[in-house]
Amino acid sequence: MAANVTPITVPEPPRELRRIPLVSNYHSFGWISDRVAGLTEGKTPVWWWILFVPSVSLLGLLLFMLSYQISTGVGVWGNMHPVMWGWDIINFVWWIGIGHAGTLISAILFLLRQKWRTAVNRAAEAMTIFAVMCAGIYPALHVGRMWYDWWLFPIPNTYTMWPQFRSPLMWDVFAVSTYFTVSLLFWYMGLIPDLAVLRDRSKTKVRQFMYGLFSLGWTGSNRHWSNYEKAYLLLAGLSTPLVLSVHSIVSLDFAVSQLPGWHTTIFPPYFVAGAIFSGFGMVLTLLIPIRSIFKLQDLITMRHIDIMCKVTLATGTIVGYAYAMEFFIAWYSGNPSERFHFINRALGPYWWGWMLMVGCNVVVPQLFWFKWFRQNLVAVFILSIVVNVGMWFERFVIIVIGLHRDFLPSSWGYFSPSIVDMLTYLGTFGLFFTMFLLFLRFLPMIAISEVKGVIPQADPHHPMGGAKVHDVIHEKE
Amino acid sequence: MNSSSKSYGIIARFNNTASLLHAAEKVRDAGFRKWDVFTPFPVHGMDQAMGLKNSKVGWFTFVGGVTGYTTGMLMIWWMNAIDYPLVIGGKPMFSPFFAFPPSYELTILFGAFGSLFGMMFLNRLPRLHHPLLKHGQFAQVTHDAFFIVIECSDPKYSETETRKLLEQTGTPHIEMVEE
Repeated sequence: MAANVTPITVPEPPRELRRIPLVSNYHSFGWISDRVAGLTEGKTPVWWWILFVPSVSLLGLLLFMLSYQISTGVGVWGNMHPVMWGWDIINFVWWIGIGHAGTLISAILFLLRQKWRTAVNRAAEAMTIFAVMCAGIYPALHVGRMWYDWWLFPIPNTYTMWPQFRSPLMWDVFAVSTYFTVSLLFWYMGLIPDLAVLRDRSKTKVRQFMYGLFSLGWTGSNRHWSNYEKAYLLLAGLSTPLVLSVHSIVSLDFAVSQLPGWHTTIFPPYFVAGAIFSGFGMVLTLLIPIRSIFKLQDLITMRHIDIMCKVTLATGTIVGYAYAMEFFIAWYSGNPSERFHFINRALGPYWWGWMLMVGCNVVVPQLFWFKWFRQNLVAVFILSIVVNVGMWFERFVIIVIGLHRDFLPSSWGYFSPSIVDMLTYLGTFGLFFTMFLLFLRFLPMIAISEVKGVIPQADPHHPMGGAKVHDVIHEKE
Repeated sequence: MNSSSKSYGIIARFNNTASLLHAAEKVRDAGFRKWDVFTPFPVHGMDQAMGLKNSKVGWFTFVGGVTGYTTGMLMIWWMNAIDYPLVIGGKPMFSPFFAFPPSYELTILFGAFGSLFGMMFLNRLPRLHHPLLKHGQFAQVTHDAFFIVIECSDPKYSETETRKLLEQTGTPHIEMVEE
């Protein structure tokens, strides 16, 4: 017995091997619940109303613009021959690209065991769902007679006709609707244990009922956790090919056509990289202010910001490589139409769009190589907005420059958006921020149970989880 | 044993994951079947400590995925080649290549529904009522408390012996839960 009494000292790992804890300041389990669930409790803060009222007003603007467009026709938009896809498809691709970071964070980083994702995945998934909602408006309305939208789905009808699946536009219908549904399922499944946290803290009958209803009677049983974790892993495994396929299929809307500048095999990976790039940009844009307002610095640490900046840098550089490769292939293919398109892209009447795209997406994000920029919240916030401006112009360049000068110079044209285009786009921000603010107010914006699972106290083999040093040594043997 | 007919089970509280894990191992080795561990988050290694088998959710996902893929392929073949054949750009009436993207998406869609509903089915959720949810301290389970509950309906359950077993695990608090 005497041997057991002698204290065993575990040597500290060298400084470079020590990990920065995911939750700073060694907070307890209860602190995490109080901090995150507390955000949805108590009186609604004033700043929330200050942001919510303009958001709802913009949502009203969106509804007004959409009613005007539906009752008048697509002619209210700037789309005009030869540019028949204008801001509608630009904004569709832009919003759906933003939606890609959520599923990347929740699914791919889960499979890669990136535990830092737990602090940001809930908000990123919510962002995904709301961004896909904004995106979905455009394809539904750009068909013109949107009351025939149901023809896009294989629903039996009196004309006894069916959708035509040889068109990539049909693939898009399936990709986007599946993406929305699966993201929603994934998000909801992650919410179940956290809704139970809110249920158990509820003081009012309404909250008890609502959170009780949606938490499905969750008790935290380990038999349940066992099935839950398996289902979560499987959903992550399913969402990973899904997230890669959605923007690939969106890119096939372009790549399957015969148009110079669109008809390229690089499009699927290039679109996916761009989508993740813009998605991380939006996550940073949203989380940096939220982190300060909600005082979540211990949960969303500087390390989280740092990693997200690095992902932005990596994907931005992939996008830059794709831009260069498009030019190289245009020259190398020897196809005169292809060559003309790329010269026109950089030097034609829309040269400024191309310059903004390259500047915002490739040049400016290179600042993230420097640690000073990644640690400076104001700089990161500004850069994250620059990224999304750049990504908007990428879609503008692809669509508008791709269409405005086709094979016959007699049919060349110049596209300008109408005021309705602009106000509709502004309105989609109203929808996005209204939904996001409601999410911040009524749902836990950080995955409480997942964060609890990654702190040292959660590990039964860690001294902070109550393991005795003797046990730790014993189990390692 | 009159009281046990009204009682749902015996509940023991733990303050950290290590003591919970070791207690679960003891309960498992004692041969109980109708018992469970309740935690605010999934504890690593608890499935082995409880002696649980691998979850069966994967079967639901698999069946969902296969159904989705088959549905997609058959639907597109039937719609575009049989029920409403239409020549478009000289392309074949049916080819697995153009039918693949929608079928792939349906594989994922049905697989995802299979995972979620499979999980809910195996866990018998949604459940509107549970005896533990009425228990005063149990609300802490979503906050920072860890519990082991042994149900009275377990064939090995005995009011004195089971309580003694749990006391030996070093729990600071043992209580009975009413039905």
